[in-house]
Amino acid sequence: MSEQATPTEPSGVGLVESQTVELFTAARPLALDSGASLGPVTLAYETYGELNAAHTNAVLICHALSGDAHVAGLHAGDERPGWWDGFIGPGRAIDTNHHFVLCSNVIGGCSGSTGPASIDPTTGKPYGLHFPMVTVADMVRAQAALLDHLGIRRLRSVIGGSVGGMQALQWALDFPERVESCVIIAATGRLSAQNIAFNAVSRQAIMTDPEFFDGRYQEHDAVPRRGLAVARMMAHITYLSEEGLQDKFGRALQDREHLSYGFDPDFAVESYLAYQGSKFVQRFDANTYLYFTKAMDYFDPFPDDPTATAALAPVECDFFVCSFSSDWRFQSSRSKELVRLLLRHRKHVAYQEFASSQGHDSFLLDVPAYKATLKTFLDRRAGILQ
Amino acid sequence: MSFPPLRRDQRHVFELIPQGSRVLDLGCGDGALLAALCDQRGVLGYGVEIDAGCIRTCIARGLAVMQEDIDHGLASHPDTAYDYVILSQTLQATHNPRLLLQEMARVAKASVVSFPNFGHWRIRLDLLARGRMPKADFLPFEWYDTPNIHLCTVADFEDLVRATGLTVARRLLLDGRGDPLATPWRANLRAASAVYLLRH
Repeated sequence: MSEQATPTEPSGVGLVESQTVELFTAARPLALDSGASLGPVTLAYETYGELNAAHTNAVLICHALSGDAHVAGLHAGDERPGWWDGFIGPGRAIDTNHHFVLCSNVIGGCSGSTGPASIDPTTGKPYGLHFPMVTVADMVRAQAALLDHLGIRRLRSVIGGSVGGMQALQWALDFPERVESCVIIAATGRLSAQNIAFNAVSRQAIMTDPEFFDGRYQEHDAVPRRGLAVARMMAHITYLSEEGLQDKFGRALQDREHLSYGFDPDFAVESYLAYQGSKFVQRFDANTYLYFTKAMDYFDPFPDDPTATAALAPVECDFFVCSFSSDWRFQSSRSKELVRLLLRHRKHVAYQEFASSQGHDSFLLDVPAYKATLKTFLDRRAGILQ
Repeated sequence: MSFPPLRRDQRHVFELIPQGSRVLDLGCGDGALLAALCDQRGVLGYGVEIDAGCIRTCIARGLAVMQEDIDHGLASHPDTAYDYVILSQTLQATHNPRLLLQEMARVAKASVVSFPNFGHWRIRLDLLARGRMPKADFLPFEWYDTPNIHLCTVADFEDLVRATGLTVARRLLLDGRGDPLATPWRANLRAASAVYLLRH
């Protein structure tokens, strides 16, 4: 996902802080799908609103590829709020007057949770590519341990966009007794070949950077900046629509009146992408990018009919699946495939495609009908609309 | 949030659906009928709707509703997935009513179809007397700006049912107030609307 546009309204939840908690230790590690185990595991998380006395009002937000636990509000000294700030707060779509909202940075991440940049206790050096492969199900298992720590048995809703939507779906499948409703936004039940291809190119950009050093760039005091920036630039294009880019930049020139007839950036869109790439490099770890894109590629909870039937049998939550008309990274047709599968298994599912010209990134943006319907769905779960 | 009660024609459809059925409501609108069926008849109900505002209202009611254009067929729905499929006051606005009836027959064991009767005497009189495309309470649109592109009479509809190989299990002929006609005498002239239960 892209950076959020500068907000026009004040943050709904005000000043916030991230917290961290160690959920697994070397002696009591987290078992992973790959067969490996990981410990210690720390998760960074944030919460907004109040957990009610019965602990029944928790809403878990799962972040996307480049997201983190800082969903909403402002960190002290920051000017930019969390990545979904406009959606969270009193009276907003995810209404903190009624819900206790939480989000954690997923394992493998680089924003406070244990990931490839963390120190491997067996070597005393950063894990790098010795970090075990983590799957979407592993991410969810770690989040479940966080809920245990916070004393939350059931989730009123689990919500996510993009790869966050995959986590939300995985939650519904792996912890059916803990999930009352599941909101899957601009996501898919499995990546298409085209999507895997985009991820593969991103990884190649990073891994062929001379500063990559087989993932041990920290030990070399290096950062594969160019590779990560190129990965981000390419991915960024897939998060926007042709129309969105055209509206924003067209063929406008950047800081010049005439073509350069050279290879410096001529066009505004080139300069914009370069800026997005360089900004991303400052805050995101290249190895995390590799691990997360692999987790996305591997995600396929319904590889065949018998598996789908078995996985969905215990699931009783209400699903709300939504997509955006101009999203070509995770097209509406992918969301519909998921909806059809849920329908075939007689699950309670609502689906809507929202009109938006902003591509995949629409899920982060102020699309009024989308916000309103999301609010309606969650308000009903809170018992406000009955 | 409170919702208005069922319209009279919806009430007749409601009465045709047995307790605990699996139901698909095509063009479910604000979901009033489907919600009543789910709440009062223990129905496992799904709605299909194209209008975003209607979908939001359905979601406010807690319904399983999908945004889909029924003119594109019912490909999302497996064969005989439902006991009943409902098409309430929507047939006349579809592009291919025959194909839709066939699709409905595929996905459910029975169909309930309600529609305004274009053969009603007031409509005939309107055309005869004024020489203009008829308008009525249930047909308030101008001819050039109407969603109702496939209006039919009770007799026309029964022809289509036969041509599609379906059978009429029940037929309710309703007067202008939505009450059943006392006798089927000259039904095509006297019925303002009709509700059919079709077996597949």
